[in-house]
Amino acid sequence: MSFDAHVCENGHASYPGHTLCPDCGAKQTETIDLADLTGEVVTWTHSTKTPPGVRAPNTLAIVEFDVTDVVAELAPDAADPDTFVRAIGQVTTDDVETGDAVEPVYVEQLRDPEVGIKEPASQEWDGYRFDPV
Amino acid sequence: MTVAVIEASMTKFGDRDAWIRELLAEAGEKCLAESGVEPDEVEHLYVSNMASGEFEGQGGIMNALAHDLGLMPAYSERVDQTSSSGGAGIYEAWQSVASGASDMTLLVGGEKMTHKTTAEATDIIASITHPAEYKHGITLPSFAGMTARHYLERFDVPREALAKVAVKNHANGVDNPHAQFRKEIDVETALNSPMVADPLRLYDFCGITDGSAAMLFTTEERAKEIADDYAVVSGIDGATDTHVVHERDDPTVMGGVVDSSDGAFEMAGLEPDDIDVAELHDMFTILEFLQMEGCGFAEQGEAWKQVEEGRTEMDGELPINTSGGLKSKGHPLGASGVAQGYEIYKQLVGEAGSRQVAADTALACNVGGFGNCVITTIMEAR
Repeated sequence: MSFDAHVCENGHASYPGHTLCPDCGAKQTETIDLADLTGEVVTWTHSTKTPPGVRAPNTLAIVEFDVTDVVAELAPDAADPDTFVRAIGQVTTDDVETGDAVEPVYVEQLRDPEVGIKEPASQEWDGYRFDPV
Repeated sequence: MTVAVIEASMTKFGDRDAWIRELLAEAGEKCLAESGVEPDEVEHLYVSNMASGEFEGQGGIMNALAHDLGLMPAYSERVDQTSSSGGAGIYEAWQSVASGASDMTLLVGGEKMTHKTTAEATDIIASITHPAEYKHGITLPSFAGMTARHYLERFDVPREALAKVAVKNHANGVDNPHAQFRKEIDVETALNSPMVADPLRLYDFCGITDGSAAMLFTTEERAKEIADDYAVVSGIDGATDTHVVHERDDPTVMGGVVDSSDGAFEMAGLEPDDIDVAELHDMFTILEFLQMEGCGFAEQGEAWKQVEEGRTEMDGELPINTSGGLKSKGHPLGASGVAQGYEIYKQLVGEAGSRQVAADTALACNVGGFGNCVITTIMEAR
């Protein structure tokens, strides 16, 4: 799977995507695969009281990706294009700090879908963890 | 039409044997009995609750409560807005009277949680997250940990500042007979408690709680006839922020708090300086800072200084969470916003007992999710 941020014609980017752009209401028609990019940790936590089916501790981070150049290509006429997009997710190690550079790495199953409250078929369970560079 | 609150009640919050129907009926019956209003006078019933189905397997609780209190044929509706269901219930109740649809509206909020393990309860609450968040095992406490770290690092705030919120609210809760944890703590205890979501520890979080609270609304015209003391809802507004928390422009700004409090102040014709006492949704200690800033009581990144200076203590210029807050009182999800309303009502009519402060104007800010949905209510004494 890819790790897609979604972009509308006005150059607004979001991860995950939405039916309509949260900033302007336009359709999100383009994607940026964040798996190809290096991001920077904005903040992080070691979550120790985790729900059923989730690893403990569960180190999580919010990561910011610079998308200035790719948004400029996808929406060349945008008046006020986004310069970054953020994503959230698990970190491959418990050793992480604010400002660290990280790369997304694919994981087939991020938590056990069979033991949580959500219907397993209702969503995907694979995705990307952040690995410090 | 001006809407008045003429009575409020709440049950003991904590680890209760009662299930959701009994909890709701306990607060509802008490509210009616203390008001002198008969069940057949109630025209609308709102029941604030997040997850009685998920916690207990009990649906249709608005109908159940109407029947248990003999309110038929009153219109009844369950209000779910996650942790802000109670505040949303205040908004619905206010609308029902302000619109003329109801002359007498009973609001009861409640939740039954403690029979589940912490992991199960955390998962039920985390079910509000986006699938892109949920699959990573993200919980509401983990949002709080990440936000607190960002706040402390960005504004160069000492870690002790968060502990002092817990110390203050626990001290206030000692005087609240309904509170779950009536125990003073010190900063060292908070800072040495087990880690939950680094940098936040056990005492940065509210408990898992059973309980219920109720409020009775009518027109000011009728309030004058049937109540010696009452309060009016002079400002109220609700607002919604992003579902996906990391998509917000500034992780330290809760847009729903800013927008709903702006709306409530505008409706009331008041400013933050006019507020005498406030109940803020301290589900996590960091939220007290973010709401103080979002409501305009402090500049961004500076709320912690007011806590350090004692401005928000019981004898300070702006007492915050005289009830003990969610931190000490407990957080039965759907009940919490109504219990905030209970506290500011009791402060305004002079019935807060040993927690009483001098107050003519009070504010309650009830936060759902991690600031996803917010209701701000301003009430004034009459």
